[in-house]
Parts: sequence; C-alpha cells; structure tokens
Amino acid sequence: MMTTVTMTVNGKSVSETVEGRTLLSTLLRDDLRLTGTHIGCDTSQCGACVVHVNGKAVKSCTMFAIEAQGAEVSTIEGQANADGSLNVIQQAFQDHHGLQCGFCTPGMVMTTASLLKENPKPTEAEVRTYLEGNICRCTGYHNIVKAIMAASGQDVSSIAAEQLIS
Amino acid sequence: MYAFDIERPTSVADAVAALKDQDAQALGGGQTLIPTLKQRLAAPSKLVSLTNIADLQGIANDGDTLRIGGAVTHATVAAEVRLTYPALADLASHIGDPAVRNRGTISGSLANNDPSACYPAVALASGATIITNTRAIAADDYFQGMFTTALDDGEIVTAVSMPIPEKANYQKFVQPASRFALVGVFVAKFAGGVRVAVTGASNEGVHRWAEAEAALTADFSAVAIAGLTVSADNLIADLHGSPEYRAHLVKVMTGRAVAAAS
Repeated sequence: MMTTVTMTVNGKSVSETVEGRTLLSTLLRDDLRLTGTHIGCDTSQCGACVVHVNGKAVKSCTMFAIEAQGAEVSTIEGQANADGSLNVIQQAFQDHHGLQCGFCTPGMVMTTASLLKENPKPTEAEVRTYLEGNICRCTGYHNIVKAIMAASGQDVSSIAAEQLIS
Repeated sequence: MYAFDIERPTSVADAVAALKDQDAQALGGGQTLIPTLKQRLAAPSKLVSLTNIADLQGIANDGDTLRIGGAVTHATVAAEVRLTYPALADLASHIGDPAVRNRGTISGSLANNDPSACYPAVALASGATIITNTRAIAADDYFQGMFTTALDDGEIVTAVSMPIPEKANYQKFVQPASRFALVGVFVAKFAGGVRVAVTGASNEGVHRWAEAEAALTADFSAVAIAGLTVSADNLIADLHGSPEYRAHLVKVMTGRAVAAAS
C-alpha cells in the first residue's frame, strides 16, 4: 500500500508517496535527491545517516518515512549559513582537518549540532562518548574531536588531539 | 525488507484492534526491529507504530514509584529521572548511542527481552510491574527466558511501574562493538531487602542472583558477597566470552554496583 507523507525538510514542505518499508533515508536520498545524508552501513551502526527529526538526532536508515509524517526534518544540506558559507561546526571541521574522505562527515556534523545544543561546552571525554554512534574509518577521531571542541568555542591547544599532532 | 504496511494509531484501543490482523506486529522505536526486518528475519504483514499514542508517553512520579509510559524513549528517561531514580537514568543514558536513545523505547526493549539488554535488568531488580492493555504483570513473572516474555500475541506494554529503591546502581561490562552488556548487574536496595538482576550472562536471559540478594540484605557491602561463587552452568558461550568468564564478571560487577550504589 502506498501512502503519501508530508513533512518539512530543511524548512521546506514536501510530500512524497512511499511504501510502508520506505526508510526516511531512502525518501531523503532517492525521492528528494538530498544525497548528503549517507548510507554507510544500513545496520544502524555507523551514523553517516544521522539527521534531526523534530530537533533530535536519529539514524534515518532506522526510521520509516511514514513515521516522519508531520515532522520537521533537518539534513546536512540545511546546515550552511543563509549566505551559503559554512556554519560554525562545518568551518571547524575544515579548519581542524576533521575529515579525510568525508563520507562520515554529514553524520558527524549533525551529531555535533545535537551535542552542542544539549551541552554547549562539552569536555573532550563527553565529545568522545557522544560520538559512540558515529564511525569514521579515516581520521582516528582525534581531529574530529578537536574540531568539535573548537566549534564549541573552547581552547583546543591542550586536548589530546593537539598533543598527539605537535 | 519484505513489503508491509504501517499504521500509526493514536489510541491504545486502535492499536490493539490493528494488531488483531494476522501477522501484524507492534513497532516501538524500531532500533532492533528495523535491522531485523532488513535482514528479512521477520516478515510481518503490517507494523502498528506505538509512537503516536499520547497515552503511552510521559513519566509520572508518585513519590515511591515511577510510572513510565511504554513509548517513552531512552533519552527521555535519561533526562527526566536523573533526580528521582539516578541509577535508572544512568542505565538509560548508556544504551546504544545518542541517536538510538532518541528512538528506542522502554516497552520495545522489555517486549523484545534481548538477553543482553539493559532495561530488563532494572525492571527485574526494581521489582517493576509491567502494565499492558489487559493486565499488570510482576517483573518476576514477566521475563520467561531469552527473547521470551509473558506477553500474549497482540498484547501491548502500555506502561512500566518502577518502585524507587533507597539505593541502586547498574554496572555494565560493555561488549565494545555492540555496546550491549557482556554482563550487566543491577543492584537495588529497598527497605524490605536487596534485589540483584543480571543481564547478558545467561542462556535464560535476565535473572536474579538469589544468594547475593540474601547476603546483601544481611550486609549491604561488597565484602558480603566475597565468599559467593557463581556457577557457569547455562551461561552464554560466544566469541566474546566463555561461561566461566561471564560467571566471574557477574560477581565482579555485582561488587562494583554495591560499592557505587547511591
């Protein structure tokens, strides 16, 4: 049975006709062509598909599109500033080399936004704990942690990542 | 995934009615069920979502007992019971990862009764009552072995009534890849005695450790269990740990939980 779902994605109202089994990630990527939301594992492990639904970080590969009926959805495509420049988190990832291949980055940025909303000045340990559901196979996490600490406006000169690099 | 329909009822009565269809299955947060469907290990004709029902939301506190709605997420439990039942908040805040906790629900965890899940441990140790659309089931009667509960087909967990202990603590030895409990022990001290629930260890799923309960009721200190031994009989054997290793961990984690209980 096909069902029409309506939701707001990055501030814009959208309607799509979906099957029961259609995942939110499928709707975003295949129907709306918002391919910044990545599918790394499709088993709820890697976090590359993290988006915000009604302000909460969720794995969009582990939620049905129908369950987002009426919801406010934010994806990586909606994160840049209004003038198109990178937002604070994105800029920090660039400045601190928080990505190499970039595949995990959309999920990392969305998870970071969620973390900093809940905890604007996290400790390094809190950052690492919060990233439990986001897997990066390039960076070893140090520069991601450093970027997140920088995005929160904190001094990054004394964190482990900095010490390892210098 | 095989094809199925999804209904999103707004009342428990409508959900119960929808679940009467053959091969219909309840859907909580889906953090276990959706991966299972992806592997084609389940083939329901219809999923009945329980996350759009106002009566299944919310946490009420009458002073001695928390009443947690069935569709309350782990993140909400973690945030809202930090002052009233800190050990429960701590347990909820270490399930899965932040995104999983924003979707996963207490009733989903209890209905699935994964042998390594955290919520069965707190429910059993707290002497919780599992409230369904038809009845109230004591936790001691509810958990009936690995992935098995007292729930009938189509029965929905609408709430969990959780007595608040004087002191409690949960110690989880994390299996580092899955972050499920390799062994987890929840210790709860009530005026009438101590309850100890063990998850992750047994082929029978969550269970109480009677000898430790007796010893800790007499003397609530880690020393009180020093002379006890845990049998490895019927404990889980897998590539992460042998039955003997898990038996050892049960005692170690119980001692840590007692020492940390507050």
